[in-house]
Amino acid sequence: MSIKLNALFSDSYVDVSQYRDQHFKGNRYEQEKLLKQSNTLYVGNLSFYTTEEQVYELFSKSGDVKRIIIGLDKVKKTACGFCFVEYYTRADAENAMRFVNGTRLDDRIIRTDWDAGFKEGRQYGRGKSGGQVRDEYRQDYDPARGGYGKVVARPQSIRTTT
Amino acid sequence: MSRRRHSDGDDGGQSHKRRRTSEPIEIEDRLESLICRVGEKSTSSLESNLEGLAGVLEADLPNYKNKILRILCAVARLLPEKLTVYTTLVGLLNARNYNFGGEFVEAMIRQLKETLKANLYTEALYLVRFLSDLVNCHVIAAPSMVAMFENFVSVTQEEDVPQVRSDWFVYVVLSSLPWVGKELYEKKDVEMDRLLNQIDGYLKRRLKTHVPMLQVWTAEKPHPQEEYLDCLWAQIQKLKKDRWQERHILRPYIAFDSVLCEALQHNLPPFTPPAHTPDCQYPVPRVVFRVFDYTDAPEGPVMPGSHSVERFVIEENLHNIIKSHWKERKTCAAQLLSYPGKNKIPLNYHIVEVIFGELFQLPCPPHIDVMYTTLLIELCKLQPGSLPQVLAQATEMMYMRLDTMNTTCIDRLLNWFSHHLSNFQFRWSWDDWADCLAMDADKPKPKFVKEVLEKCMRLSYHQRIVDIVPPTFSALIPAEPIFFYKYQDEANSALPGYAVAITVGNAIKNRASNEEILTVLKDVPNPNQEDDDDEGEGFNPLKIEVFLQTLLHLAAKSFSHSFSALAKFHEILKALTDCDEGKLHILRVVYEVWRNHPQMISVLVDKLIRTQIVDCAAVANWLFSPNMAHEFTRFYVWEILHSTIRKMNKHVQKIQKELEEAKEKLEKQQHKKQKDSGDEEDMERNSEDEDGQLEEQIERLQEKVESAQSEQKNLFLVIFQRFIMMLTEHLVRCETGSVDFNTPWYKNCIERLQQIFLMHHVTIQQYVGTLENLLFTAELDHHILAVYQQFCALQL
Repeated sequence: MSIKLNALFSDSYVDVSQYRDQHFKGNRYEQEKLLKQSNTLYVGNLSFYTTEEQVYELFSKSGDVKRIIIGLDKVKKTACGFCFVEYYTRADAENAMRFVNGTRLDDRIIRTDWDAGFKEGRQYGRGKSGGQVRDEYRQDYDPARGGYGKVVARPQSIRTTT
Repeated sequence: MSRRRHSDGDDGGQSHKRRRTSEPIEIEDRLESLICRVGEKSTSSLESNLEGLAGVLEADLPNYKNKILRILCAVARLLPEKLTVYTTLVGLLNARNYNFGGEFVEAMIRQLKETLKANLYTEALYLVRFLSDLVNCHVIAAPSMVAMFENFVSVTQEEDVPQVRSDWFVYVVLSSLPWVGKELYEKKDVEMDRLLNQIDGYLKRRLKTHVPMLQVWTAEKPHPQEEYLDCLWAQIQKLKKDRWQERHILRPYIAFDSVLCEALQHNLPPFTPPAHTPDCQYPVPRVVFRVFDYTDAPEGPVMPGSHSVERFVIEENLHNIIKSHWKERKTCAAQLLSYPGKNKIPLNYHIVEVIFGELFQLPCPPHIDVMYTTLLIELCKLQPGSLPQVLAQATEMMYMRLDTMNTTCIDRLLNWFSHHLSNFQFRWSWDDWADCLAMDADKPKPKFVKEVLEKCMRLSYHQRIVDIVPPTFSALIPAEPIFFYKYQDEANSALPGYAVAITVGNAIKNRASNEEILTVLKDVPNPNQEDDDDEGEGFNPLKIEVFLQTLLHLAAKSFSHSFSALAKFHEILKALTDCDEGKLHILRVVYEVWRNHPQMISVLVDKLIRTQIVDCAAVANWLFSPNMAHEFTRFYVWEILHSTIRKMNKHVQKIQKELEEAKEKLEKQQHKKQKDSGDEEDMERNSEDEDGQLEEQIERLQEKVESAQSEQKNLFLVIFQRFIMMLTEHLVRCETGSVDFNTPWYKNCIERLQQIFLMHHVTIQQYVGTLENLLFTAELDHHILAVYQQFCALQL
């Protein structure tokens, strides 16, 4: 009675993605192990104006939230469009991956991904200007994420950037 | 499924080892894949795919018989929506290889015994249904199937067994008849008539105490909410009247009739239902959810009537699809929308009805609530021209019937609706609901709209809500979530404790130590205390007020700020709330300051419990206290109470698990000792020490479990006591005043009591003895006692 029919009952929303944190202290194997047992999710594509309260309300729908850490611009120390959500249990985090990932918060489709675990310093954007890397280089205008990407806002930097 | 060839994971980062001779495993995977996928969209017809697959499997039988048997048994158990596809396949195999057919039937019977033993009643049901359809495929002889059904129905003659036991066996027989009724009646009509008469007699005499508690609507109009066995019986009777003509089920075996009728059939071995034991946990009864009938789908195919067997089969299949694919919403939505035979039925209506039926199922939905929200969004994406309209229609209908909707279901409806709206820019025709504006605020409709808007605000912000509703709705807009600070400005300087509040505030801002702050607080007079009674170490409500108001005011900016504050001053808070009155007062202060921000109250109470500044019983007492009476019917109050009960339950489970693990460890250790049997004294001493440590740990954990269980029991007792007090008071007052007791408040309150039983029925089962002896005695008003009796009927 122990056949699981793996061919049929996939649970792909819970799979670990291709992303690996380049600043992770440890090797690939260690990072993957942590990702597979993590209770913490990275949440991306948030509006800069989305509050901790809104994140709590939405992510509480898949289980009790242990804590939320709002991502900050390293320079301005204001929200820069991402956060971490930590649950008490992995099962609750998995349900968030299945049912919250890819739905809207503050009218934006948000994206969740497994995170190896919050460490002090990881709440800051890693882009040169202080925000997230993706906001450095994007070409579109997004009023909820500071308007144009930094590279558009400073045209000279296109020529000097490596 | 990906096969990990480069498994650096397992080797700890070392060089990978190539797997040699993996062919047998690959073939087995292929077999699994072929079998699982047959019946899905294909360029060839289903019949030719089945024919082809039967040929492949027949050829593989010599080498892979056991694997094929196991896969087929598994799909019989786990893929009920493809029942007839697989019975046809087994039929074809049996026609080619009689022995294999026999072995398959034996394997199925073994599996049936195992699932029953393991309390897997739903899977057992699918197995029996599969066996019954095998009669149609000439694999099983009809008389032996009838004999099995007779054995099942004879369970109704058993004495001193729970009604839910005989219910299940009757349900299994009835729910197989749409597939096999015709064939069985053709071969054994006398026996089948006798069977159905027995069932009829049973259904007439069984108790229906549980029904009111499980109905989504209490009204009989427009659609009666029927008990599930009653509904199925009506459907089967109609089917019988129609001479068992059933046209909805897809039956691939009909195309193979010439081949199959040549096959030799097997007899089912006599099957005795396993005896009842106290460990058996039968499925709880259900009420069939109906929101649509044929008048609601005006264009296109007609919706089968509520007592037609087509309705039953369609709903069964849709439920099964959700059961198979709930974890993958895109697949689930696609599978639902590609339901075979969808052109003959108003599929969108069926899908919406089945989904809401699950969401509103009492006691609990089969899956987590948020899944249904996301599934409906996926369905809207796949059918943007038709599904949103059906969904809007259903929402409108449910709004119209709020007056008689069960409070628990209203909770789920407003959670779903607000979350759904947040994915569609909160667009809704609010003006259509303008009728609620003329009603009293405590009536279900305006209450519903108010709570929806509050939930919508939590997912957005106050101004957004102001913008999305017409100005006429302003009375229902939630309050702005601002903080109320008692000691705000000079105008309040006359308040006792004002001066200390200012000092404490400055001290906190200047990062004073806990000792310094406690010293400052010593100056707060105690309004409760007699002069020179003691050193002022007792409960001082003003001290709590001054400190907590000021602290929370400074930390009001966000959840994180407030949590930080609670953590930083944990010591002080613990000291101030050492007694029960202290705990109650801290909760009162939290409410006072954050009464416009229920979400904040919720998260703060959660933190206060988790950091053990207050206990669960304190929260329950606070919510039931006269101070909170005016909030008693608000949704957030019940969110807090249920969250508190859940925390308590999880806490008990956690310690129980720790105890189990420690016991297992000890057992393993002692087992190992026996095997090693070292004769050196040192080894003996060491292992004795280890044993001693573990035994001590187990003893401590045992105490912890007992203490936690006692706390849990006490929590439920507190809650039930409070309910009984409140309801009795209300009933007595109404009786003496000759007023109708059934006010909106009463309906809300009694249904909240029901909700406690329903949402935590598994835990509460343990305490039934105490509840009956202490609280739910015969002297209680029968309205309140009825709720308890309905709860007991869930496992009777």
